[in-house]
Amino acid sequence: MTVHDMKHAASDSARLEAVGGRLSRVDGPAKITGAAKYAFEQQLEGLTHAVLVGATIAAGKVSAIDSRAAETAPGVLAVLTPDTIMELKGASDWLGNPPSQPTYNPLAREVTYSGQHIAAVVAETFEQAVAAAALVKVWYDETPAIVDLSDGKAGDGIPIDAMTKEWGDAQAAFAAAPVRICAAYNTPREFQAAMEPHGLIARWEGDELTIWEPSQWLDGMARTYAEWFGVPFENVRLVSPYIGGGFGSKALALAHSAVAAAAAKMLGRPVKLVLNRPQNFTSYGGRAATRQTVAIGADKNGRIQSIVHRGVNETAVDGMWVEPLGSVTSIMYATPNFSSRQNVVRVNTVVPGAKRAPGENPSAFGIECAIDELAHELGLDPLEMRLINYAEQDPHAKKAWSTRQLREAFAAGAEAFGWAKRSAAPRSMRDGHQLIGWGMAAGTYPVRRAHGEAVVKILADGSVVVESSSIDMGQGTYTILAQTAAETLGVAVERVSVKLGDSHFARAGVTGGSRLAGVMTGAVYKAAGQALDELIGLALSDPRSPFQKLQANTLQVRDGRIASPRGEGPELSVAEFMAAVGREQIEAKGDTLPASTTAEERYANYTTIAKSIPHTEGDYSRHSWCAHFVEVRVDEDFGTVRVSRVVSALDSGRLYNPKLAESQWKGGIIMGIGQALLEEGIVDRRHGRIVNGNFADYMLPTNADIPDIQTISVGIPDPHSSALGGKGVGELAIVGIAPAIANAVFHATGKRVRDLPITLEKLI
Amino acid sequence: MRDFSYFRADNIEAARNAAALPGAMLLAGGTTLIDLAKCGVAEPSTVIDISHIKGLNAIDVTADRAVIGALARMSHVADDPQVKNLFPAVSEALWQAASAQLRNMATVGGNLMQRTRCPYFRDPQNFPACNKRAPGSGCSAIGGVTRGHAVLGVSEACIATYPGDLAVALVAFDAEVDLGERKLKVEDFFLAPGATAEQEHDIRPGEVITAIEIPGSAAARRSTYIKVRDRQSYEFAAASAAVGLELESDGRTVRDIRVALGGVATKPWRVRAVEDALKGKALSEELVRKASELAMEGAVDHGANHYKIALAPRVIARAILELGETA
Repeated sequence: MTVHDMKHAASDSARLEAVGGRLSRVDGPAKITGAAKYAFEQQLEGLTHAVLVGATIAAGKVSAIDSRAAETAPGVLAVLTPDTIMELKGASDWLGNPPSQPTYNPLAREVTYSGQHIAAVVAETFEQAVAAAALVKVWYDETPAIVDLSDGKAGDGIPIDAMTKEWGDAQAAFAAAPVRICAAYNTPREFQAAMEPHGLIARWEGDELTIWEPSQWLDGMARTYAEWFGVPFENVRLVSPYIGGGFGSKALALAHSAVAAAAAKMLGRPVKLVLNRPQNFTSYGGRAATRQTVAIGADKNGRIQSIVHRGVNETAVDGMWVEPLGSVTSIMYATPNFSSRQNVVRVNTVVPGAKRAPGENPSAFGIECAIDELAHELGLDPLEMRLINYAEQDPHAKKAWSTRQLREAFAAGAEAFGWAKRSAAPRSMRDGHQLIGWGMAAGTYPVRRAHGEAVVKILADGSVVVESSSIDMGQGTYTILAQTAAETLGVAVERVSVKLGDSHFARAGVTGGSRLAGVMTGAVYKAAGQALDELIGLALSDPRSPFQKLQANTLQVRDGRIASPRGEGPELSVAEFMAAVGREQIEAKGDTLPASTTAEERYANYTTIAKSIPHTEGDYSRHSWCAHFVEVRVDEDFGTVRVSRVVSALDSGRLYNPKLAESQWKGGIIMGIGQALLEEGIVDRRHGRIVNGNFADYMLPTNADIPDIQTISVGIPDPHSSALGGKGVGELAIVGIAPAIANAVFHATGKRVRDLPITLEKLI
Repeated sequence: MRDFSYFRADNIEAARNAAALPGAMLLAGGTTLIDLAKCGVAEPSTVIDISHIKGLNAIDVTADRAVIGALARMSHVADDPQVKNLFPAVSEALWQAASAQLRNMATVGGNLMQRTRCPYFRDPQNFPACNKRAPGSGCSAIGGVTRGHAVLGVSEACIATYPGDLAVALVAFDAEVDLGERKLKVEDFFLAPGATAEQEHDIRPGEVITAIEIPGSAAARRSTYIKVRDRQSYEFAAASAAVGLELESDGRTVRDIRVALGGVATKPWRVRAVEDALKGKALSEELVRKASELAMEGAVDHGANHYKIALAPRVIARAILELGETA
């Protein structure tokens, strides 16, 4: 693992190293110089290469596979088919539910989506495997596919009762309301599009398995591998030092992971398998396509009387994904009457998955556009509309907010943007051929809480090591955990080295839902505190300690030096003290779980998400909040939309490192710009196949598409959300960007585009 | 593995001899060939590396004509002060193409040989039918996802859009491509698909592009290239127009005008109907918009690309009107 050089990273203020300081990413130089070695960049002796063969139909059966030509091609070691791959055991799901089938075959005989893995070729070199994979001949019995939500065969889908949220009499109150709007909002299939593809290296030594794989959840994925192969959890080691983008997609061991690990077992040699770019669009799910209708009834003053919301998302024929579409709808505004229900529709796709702010993101697109439509209908300013209907408590859970700085976000964002100067009428602002529009929207994301543990070691030279099986996918875990340990132990941040991404380190749950920072700063704070207590205890009690004769109650460590609080007696550096007492290291393991937690509960806590703590547990409802203000320019002839200004004010509670938080917020805003204007998985309806599964045709914003983005933190420490007062950061900022842009486009053009992305043909 | 032989040509004669071999393909900047080889479309048996041939990258511009060596990099031509001055549409077409990294590698000769971005053309594994790749196999695009496909110059065999920018400016200004033994108008060098979609260029075995020549003109001096696309950079045109304009001394009557379209046709598409409708006329917004509609004569859409029929004339009109305003 690369040792990060803190001196190069440190750049800004005097209080960089404390929690809350603007320390630059400590892993930045290693990444920029190429020294950072990603998971499947490992060079292993005897490494072999696997390449997958995907189904070219979307539905049907594999009737025959002819692999003879591939088997005799140069360098080929094995061709795995559904019939020849070793049998795996079924694994429990991420909630810990037991497997539905006793066995698992990652290569499909029954094809339920185009691109599904049906064979794999393993060869000495990657090029040999690619060439041989092209020689595998497959015959199918094709059956009609349901290509997407608008397919006539798709039907209304399956009601998901757990998604139903209702109070009052929403239908009657809507019917009776003097002012009403009702509209349908659609979002397409979108993809995480991480720069680093999915892939892994698998190596067996006896019944011990090592997997080098980018992972948002080492312990959860290690459990899956252990169950597939029937080996003890401790026999699986997952290594993931860096992740080149996950955005929700890298939390689970997937079919291609199983193929690689099985091939390594069968061949007795390490196997590397990396999905090519098109396979990254079909081997795991992106964001499900969604449809929503939002009906809002209000009185003449703009006070909402009722919200009626219906949502649908696509899922797979053989897998269930629910994208919770009523999540923002049910909490953003105060309303006496509310109804939200949701169906899922099975289509022939890989099972959809988590993409940044799953649920909240499309949910906000519906409700935040609808509120804008209602404001327009009433002749109210969209900001005023939101203040009139401000929810003073959680309207669904009927609990107080832990903290909700949304009013402050509206005020700060509007002030910085100059919202008061907005001319209300659509199409009333222009610059030459450019129609200018100003739009806004709010966003929110729940505070997802869990537990974690960390090991903190004070070494003989006074330096500190932090170990955790949590990960850094660019958010800055290496950095904020170093800051937390440095502050807690009173040592300089450059004396702290953080080791992450190895499942043999102290346990951690999934990194997703913006929970890692709150959980892991808490765990490191606790472990470091225990290490400090042990250090001070040793200093006060060990006969060899120069402090022992002081008879003091406590000591303090500052700038790496130990002294009594009043300054009498000796002052030693930590290294000098360790030498004096003859200790090699002091080690403490701390976790955030109650002491009574059993070993079985601990295992479940880290390897499933069943033990996550509800955000409405106890007396409070806990969420991050944000308000986005956006300016767009729409060419009146061409229909092209460009975002020219974004001001966002965000409440993520206390920020552990504002510089990193701002980067995450901006990343979310940029992803939201792509979602609003560019991103869409386009399906060839004849074949049920994504035709733009590559980075030329699946469009993401370029630098030229991104304007200056101003972010303003309006958060205050939230003691109900985390040990150190932070709320979620990473998922929040994308929520509300697409509706803010759609609302700005309406203001610019007078046209309401309710289907994302807002491409030029929808405006000319 | 798909083996191929690699041959480095040190001079143009060697390149021509090697290019006459069956299955031979030229490698210059490599930005198209390597990409197409990776997706299984290009399967050369011999790759002839011409990037080391000396003297083929010169840029020689006078008021009479620009002669641009085939190996000149796109970025060098785009930045050439004389090209910018005397052929602004050529410079603008180049710097709005591809990305900075690609423009630094790609050559202008190779750029003329760039192939379509039709997703069906580029995915032989999933879509075996493609008349460009396998003559007579059919067209997978017709009836499929056609948002980016052509509306002009299409046939029942192929509706793939010509994706480039530079050649659009070249056909507007009557540029020629130098093939050694013969010179061709760039407009004639590109072939519409008709019944032979596999034939995209009038180039014979053993021929190598050595230079592009663009005659100087007043219209070329006052010219522009407008490219409309889904995102602001690194993206192919939804519709683009190269326009050159020469006005009479009254500052409003059109003496000469050149109009060509990109992103909407199966080849770089000169639109003389628009030119003829405006020559000798005094410019007005109404007249220009009306004349620009003539560019869509014979347009055929396939549903999702219908917007191009509305969009392309607006791009032409914008370009003409902007040039007229700078009179």
